[in-house]
Amino acid sequence: MGSGTGIGRVRGLGSAKAGAHHWINQRITAVGNLLLVVWLVVNLFTLPGLDYHSVTSWLSAPLVAVPMMLMIANAFWHLRMGLQVVIEDYVHEEGVKFGVLVLLNFYAVGAAALGIFAVAKIAFAAGGAS
Amino acid sequence: MARAKNRPLSPHLTIWRWGPHMALSILHRVTGAGLAVVGGIGLVWWLLAAASGPESYALFRAVATSPIGYVFLIGLTWAFFEHLFGGLRHFVLDMGAGYELRQNRFWSLCVMYGAVIVTALVWLWVFFGK
Repeated sequence: MGSGTGIGRVRGLGSAKAGAHHWINQRITAVGNLLLVVWLVVNLFTLPGLDYHSVTSWLSAPLVAVPMMLMIANAFWHLRMGLQVVIEDYVHEEGVKFGVLVLLNFYAVGAAALGIFAVAKIAFAAGGAS
Repeated sequence: MARAKNRPLSPHLTIWRWGPHMALSILHRVTGAGLAVVGGIGLVWWLLAAASGPESYALFRAVATSPIGYVFLIGLTWAFFEHLFGGLRHFVLDMGAGYELRQNRFWSLCVMYGAVIVTALVWLWVFFGK
């Protein structure tokens, strides 16, 4: 693969020396998801109602808004790393791979920002109204 | 990439007898990608709708509780449990345990059947038990 020779390293072939860090972060966010996404799913199925007022008043409680924000950050971090590995496995053309990875990063960061902002807006709006 | 074409590859996919652990490996990726894209967009849409007011939320609710919406929700529930149980199995494998042929087969089948059974129980409860 070229990791053994100087020219191979110059060309960027072989290990990027970041695989273990990526792998560990995938597991750490998996544990985070285990707690936070299970928390969300249990609540979705057991809340008394999923109408507008039930959901917004539920989301405005600090001990709901904060875990929800953490859940969004953790889940989108986890899926960004997972989809990165899938893309690297199946997209072989370097230019296309780079483009798809850019789209993945835009999606993960953009969607997470939208979700966190939405929760903050609900939580702070409720605080101002009451 | 100055890599010679037609290098010998280690034999994979074609020479192994098909087993449940292989199906589970593929399912783990498919459910992960499905949750990442469909689940991620659905979650952010739900939160943005709740943050944007009753009209936006009513539109989200109408789509989510339509027949196609229920197909997506039940599919996401199954994908969630499949990925959750498969992820727990990965933690065991990460410790170096569970690779014995019979154990590997047993737990792979447990993950697949377990995800279907728990999904069915949850939605039967939602439709008939609540």
